[in-house]
Amino acid sequence: MYPIRDDRPVGTTKSAQAPARPGEIGSGRLVVRKLNRDRISDVPRKTIKVEHKLEYLQILDEKGNIDAAHDPKLNGDTLLSLHRLMLFTRLFDERMLALQRQGRIGTYAPVRGQEAVQIGTSFALKPGDWMVQSFREPGACFHRGWPVDKLMQFWGGYEEGCAVPERVNDTPIAVPVASQIPHVAGLAWAMKLKKTDHVALGFVGDGGTSEGDFHEALTFAGVFDLPAIFVITNNQWAISHPRTMQTRAKTLAQKAGGYGIDGIQVDGNDVLAVHTATVEAIAKARKGGGPTLIECVTYRLAMHTTADDPKKYRSEAEVKKWEKRDPLIRFDAYLRSKGILDDGMDEQVRTDIKTTIKAGIEKYEASRDVDPRDCFPYTYVEMTEELKTQAREFDLALEREGVSSGH
Amino acid sequence: MAQMNMVKALNLAMHEALSEDDNVVIMGEDVGQDEGVFRVTENLLMDFGKNRIIDTPLAEGAIVGTAVGMSLYGMKPVCEMQFSGFAYQAYHQIEGHVSRFHNRTRGRYRMSMVIRMPFGGGIRAIEHHSESREALYAHNPGLKMVICSSPRNARALLLESIRHPDPVIFFEPKASYRAFKEEVPDEPETMPIGKAQVVREGSDITIISYGAMMRPVLEAVDDLADEQGTSIEVIDLLTVSPIDTECLTNSVAKTGRAVVVHEGPRTCGVGAEVTARLVETCFFHLEAPVRRITGYDVHFPYFAREQAFLPNADRIKTAVRETLEV
Ligand SMILES: Cc1ncc(C[n+]2csc(CCOP(=O)(O)OP(=O)(O)O)c2C)c(N)n1
Ligand SMILES: [Mg+2]
Repeated sequence: MYPIRDDRPVGTTKSAQAPARPGEIGSGRLVVRKLNRDRISDVPRKTIKVEHKLEYLQILDEKGNIDAAHDPKLNGDTLLSLHRLMLFTRLFDERMLALQRQGRIGTYAPVRGQEAVQIGTSFALKPGDWMVQSFREPGACFHRGWPVDKLMQFWGGYEEGCAVPERVNDTPIAVPVASQIPHVAGLAWAMKLKKTDHVALGFVGDGGTSEGDFHEALTFAGVFDLPAIFVITNNQWAISHPRTMQTRAKTLAQKAGGYGIDGIQVDGNDVLAVHTATVEAIAKARKGGGPTLIECVTYRLAMHTTADDPKKYRSEAEVKKWEKRDPLIRFDAYLRSKGILDDGMDEQVRTDIKTTIKAGIEKYEASRDVDPRDCFPYTYVEMTEELKTQAREFDLALEREGVSSGH
Repeated sequence: MAQMNMVKALNLAMHEALSEDDNVVIMGEDVGQDEGVFRVTENLLMDFGKNRIIDTPLAEGAIVGTAVGMSLYGMKPVCEMQFSGFAYQAYHQIEGHVSRFHNRTRGRYRMSMVIRMPFGGGIRAIEHHSESREALYAHNPGLKMVICSSPRNARALLLESIRHPDPVIFFEPKASYRAFKEEVPDEPETMPIGKAQVVREGSDITIISYGAMMRPVLEAVDDLADEQGTSIEVIDLLTVSPIDTECLTNSVAKTGRAVVVHEGPRTCGVGAEVTARLVETCFFHLEAPVRRITGYDVHFPYFAREQAFLPNADRIKTAVRETLEV
């Protein structure tokens, strides 16, 4: 990082090439005017009461302590499932970074630090509900039944990684930021029109909240009062842009007010808080109570993707600060204090997870010898005559080049 | 003269434009502190400050939409779309306003701005990072559509695009960003928009291409010269809208044969337009049907399949040989 001067004027010289035209800045500096709060009329103003409350929820503090009176009293199995899923996500993530370094997958977007958000939320869904992911939610996928090798296929450069497993009601990875959020509203709309009691839950980043798609989707969800849950994973960064660059507003959750829907901000590194907020939002939605925006405050502990160098734009000290708030450390401490988890069990879970991931890697690697011709048949439900002709041309080229079919 | 890659050359053009005209601003995602995800805007924030090198919220529609407002007020925004695959979020502004303001206001307002974006495959990227959709912009009246292919023409064309009074969609072939270096003159150099370049002279056949495909084209040309002494004329389009019909016609009237090469899909692609023009302007000189070596009409595959998919020197050579045999 380097210090930046921002005191230089803009547009003081006349453009050498463009001829002068109306409205051109010819002379002065670009003056940033202070907001003028002086009123020019003294007619008394009425106040419009806007009913919008914004709650903040944290259940476990940074050390894993809980106010006993407010323990959500999840049963032991549930707590251990949450623990296992978060740990699964963490170990998968570490393995993916290693696979990337070894060239066995391509660029990868790590999820370290954000596990509680995706596990706490997706865990509250029922199988008939839908989960709409962006591109950094492997944890939610695992809970929903996606096998490890599918995610590896995506990051390894295979469309097969987006072939949603049978019996899973989810959308595949969506790369264009926030483009998936209208789909959440659309799914929820169909659920409402078809009179089911299902809900749709989707993820978007802090950066994604600036896109038009986010705004438009929440507008629809509010107007049609849809059973939709929008989860903002506010990990403080959108590549090199800090959260403050996405909005002047103090929180992202308060945006809900503008759409007339409920919003809540939760400690996104506290899986109990995330889970509780989601359970409540889903219960409300199932009863016809409409959408909720849940902002989960967390942190991207690793790089944006393996192609990114965060040292260019953020400090080590900031990362260190957030490492202390690691959602896994906190939940681990809580489980141990409750006597639900000990070293032996933790070791056992880790070994199980590693075995599953290892088997997944083997399955992934065995699936890598694919036929390049497979880029044709799924373009339409039925291959068109034109595509058949082009596929034959591709075939001939591959034959000449000695590319095997892979099958 | 200095040897540099395309990233450095583009950076140089922006540095020159920012220095000569302080109405020029660079705006986009990660262009400031991060210096661009491909480092094309390296050092610009340091040299020109936050008012000129602007990191924006994550919203392509508003990047281009606000650039329209800035342009109306006499500034010259150079917008970066992080990848061409994310420019669709701005397409309503590009089609609806950028391309139309001059016409709509009967010339009262110009839309002098550049929208830069990396395009094309070959860098093992995930979905939406590899497409070639130049035809979309070429099809859109009111936009100039420029595609550089080497460090030297990248610098010259970008500098010219920023000075240009019309809006320019500027495509950068990301596979060529760091692929090779070239001598780039120290003094600011520009090339005219709307002019193609004959990069090799030849007499047997003409190959027309642009962007990253220029490399396999030149590889094929060298091979065919060595292997069978074929004399091939090569045209780099550089601007795909408006197309330099005269350059194409002069060449193909001479050689009588043509092959067009591009990565983007075939149907209604730039190759279709080039072929149509050749049929219109040199039908009676043509000795063989014009061939197109292009991406197929399918979605650009994820990267495990991309090398097999991309047009390569071998496919170009085969097309040339077959066209010569007719
Ligand atoms: C429409 C669009 N613009 C730009 C990009 C490039 N890009 C990928 S991720 C990203 C930042 C996203 O930030 P955020 O929404 O906070 O999600 P996070 O990466 O933190 O998970 C950008 C700019 C993209 N994928 N889609
Ligand atoms: Mg983020």
